[in-house]
Amino acid sequence: MNDRAIAPRLPSSVPLPQPLVFVMGKGGVGRSTTAAALAVLCARRGARTIVAELSGRGELARMFDRPPSDAASAASGKEVEIAERLYAIQIEPQRALDEYLREQLPLRVLADLFGATRTLGFLAAATPGLPDLLSVGKIWELAQPVRKVRGAEPYDRVIVDAPASGHSLALLAAPQAFARAAQAGPIARQGREISATLLDPARTAMLAVATPHDAAVSELLEMRSALAGELGRELDAVLVNAMPANRFASRDAVALREALAREGALGDDARAAVERALDEAGEAHDARTQVERLRNELPGTPLVELAFSHSAEFGVAELEALADQLAEVL
Amino acid sequence: MSRAGSADPVGGAPREPSLGETLGERRICVCVGAGGVGKTTSAAALAVGLAAEGRRVALVTIDPSRRLAGALGLSELGNEPQRLTAEQLAPAGIEICGELWAMVLDPKRTFDELITRLAPDERTRERVFANHIYREISNAVGGSHEFTAVAKLYELDRDGSYDAIVLDTPPSHNALDFLRAPQRLMQFFDAPALRLLLAPAGFGARVVGHAAAPVLALLRRLVGVDLLAEIALFFGAVGGLIGGFRERASAVEALLHDPATTFVLVSSAEREPIRETVAFAGALRDSGLPLGAVIVNRVHEPIAATADPRALAATLGEALGARLGRLVEECLGDARRLAERDQLGIERLRSELPGIPETLVPQFDPGTGEVALLGAVARRMFGEAVQLP
Repeated sequence: MNDRAIAPRLPSSVPLPQPLVFVMGKGGVGRSTTAAALAVLCARRGARTIVAELSGRGELARMFDRPPSDAASAASGKEVEIAERLYAIQIEPQRALDEYLREQLPLRVLADLFGATRTLGFLAAATPGLPDLLSVGKIWELAQPVRKVRGAEPYDRVIVDAPASGHSLALLAAPQAFARAAQAGPIARQGREISATLLDPARTAMLAVATPHDAAVSELLEMRSALAGELGRELDAVLVNAMPANRFASRDAVALREALAREGALGDDARAAVERALDEAGEAHDARTQVERLRNELPGTPLVELAFSHSAEFGVAELEALADQLAEVL
Repeated sequence: MSRAGSADPVGGAPREPSLGETLGERRICVCVGAGGVGKTTSAAALAVGLAAEGRRVALVTIDPSRRLAGALGLSELGNEPQRLTAEQLAPAGIEICGELWAMVLDPKRTFDELITRLAPDERTRERVFANHIYREISNAVGGSHEFTAVAKLYELDRDGSYDAIVLDTPPSHNALDFLRAPQRLMQFFDAPALRLLLAPAGFGARVVGHAAAPVLALLRRLVGVDLLAEIALFFGAVGGLIGGFRERASAVEALLHDPATTFVLVSSAEREPIRETVAFAGALRDSGLPLGAVIVNRVHEPIAATADPRALAATLGEALGARLGRLVEECLGDARRLAERDQLGIERLRSELPGIPETLVPQFDPGTGEVALLGAVARRMFGEAVQLP
């Protein structure tokens, strides 16, 4: 297993060179689906991949239409195989703590007797920032070439479906903060080690997702500044989700407006259809403006556009289609 | 203009009472929902509507968009509600008979204020403020938003200056996390081992000094002496405030269960948010908390739903030419699929939450100004009860 760490035998087509990938963004921009599509692409190209869900929703198992028992397993902190080479796990601070204790304490029963784990559990839940440290610690463990969990196999890619922007930053900052507060001891040591991994552009990729709307783009840019300011990290790629169709050229829009202006040429239904078409042209224009804004603010950062999906359901087919779109770029 | 369509977004929906009627004389409205569904806008519009009905309303928002904050002048506001002026609210196009006060919650400041209020003396207060854990992490979003939102709600209610308080909550997949924050803190202080440690000479001194109890030895080994000392100092200092916290936690609990309080779930019509909204409703039910209403944002309206496709295609082809006509048809097809998707989501919501009044808010033109949008949403929520000037 050590050989594997030194000489990865991964096909070069696997997207992104970093084993640990954080997918961040404002709520509602499609962060989970984007993270899932990226994971599907990694698995498809030969990487043993796991999606670490921090929001605890069992999204991936549901998208793949897996039996509820799989979602339940993932929710109980197990690494569940969803498809070939594709795994899912839900990260929970309390479970991460239990696992940490199991590693540290061979005599867990004895510890229980003294109420230490119970006390520590309350301590972990109540101490500000400690749940974040435990979560990010577990994510780091998943990405280790030699796993700390006994008998666990390493992953080539760990895709983190991170919480909403502000919370993501707190999560990424937690190891450093605790290393500073602790100075010495096991948490300080591990905090420093985890922090070094997160801050290393060769080991951790930072991806940000936004929809092409003012609020989402503003939040992405704010997050990027905070990431650079607080952690000295830049974004490795930006994914613009839900791009509206770009059906109408500007001369088409002119023709549509002219048709609306002609009295009586259209009935009510046709008029409504043309109005909708003009709205779409407007949305597409606004979206392009936001993409340009991102390109101007983040020159040199790869930017991927993903099309808006009109499907009522988001299942395997939609996920594969999204992965196809990513495959064209990554 | 057509994007801000005025027709009912879902044809044939039964006429529901307006949100104003539904909420009646409720004093506290807690808006809960997943991220990205327009929760802050809904909370603000709800506050505008209640103020229009003549109430004195306090709106506590969390992290609003810069445009909304700017439009309401919230960026310059402190950690106390400020009254919005008639000029600020003019673009809403609604006559405000009451008063609208608004604030953006600053978790760090709220936490500081809470410590200041509860600390018995200056020394205790300074010890908390100087603590590493407190300094490094009290402003981190995880946890402190939840705790401070509830603390602020309690304080404003006690204040007694408002007829209604509208609380926007942090986006959460676990809707009730923030409600449990005070409880969790209390649980911690109630842990027997910890009580023992905190009791006589202070936790910190004991951890750093002789650790006679095996539990302490274990904690030292697991956490490290320095960090444990810091954590111990934090809780030791905060521990002096236990009485205050305990009182507050149970008062908040009582306040949330008070008949004057109601919860408003905010969703969009998409599949995921609807599913989460149903889950939130279940969580509220399990906790015995009242669900007053559901707001569904960004509903796509059906367009030309009854049109004969062939006749429509012919008309479009004639008026626009074959190519452009076909593109408009395609675009219409996508729009219809979206409307159908939203209809499915709304039906799901109705079958899962029977009898819960819902307000459907259409997708508004993104070019609508922020305050104007609040007015439009408020009119949608409150119906004719809201007077146009």
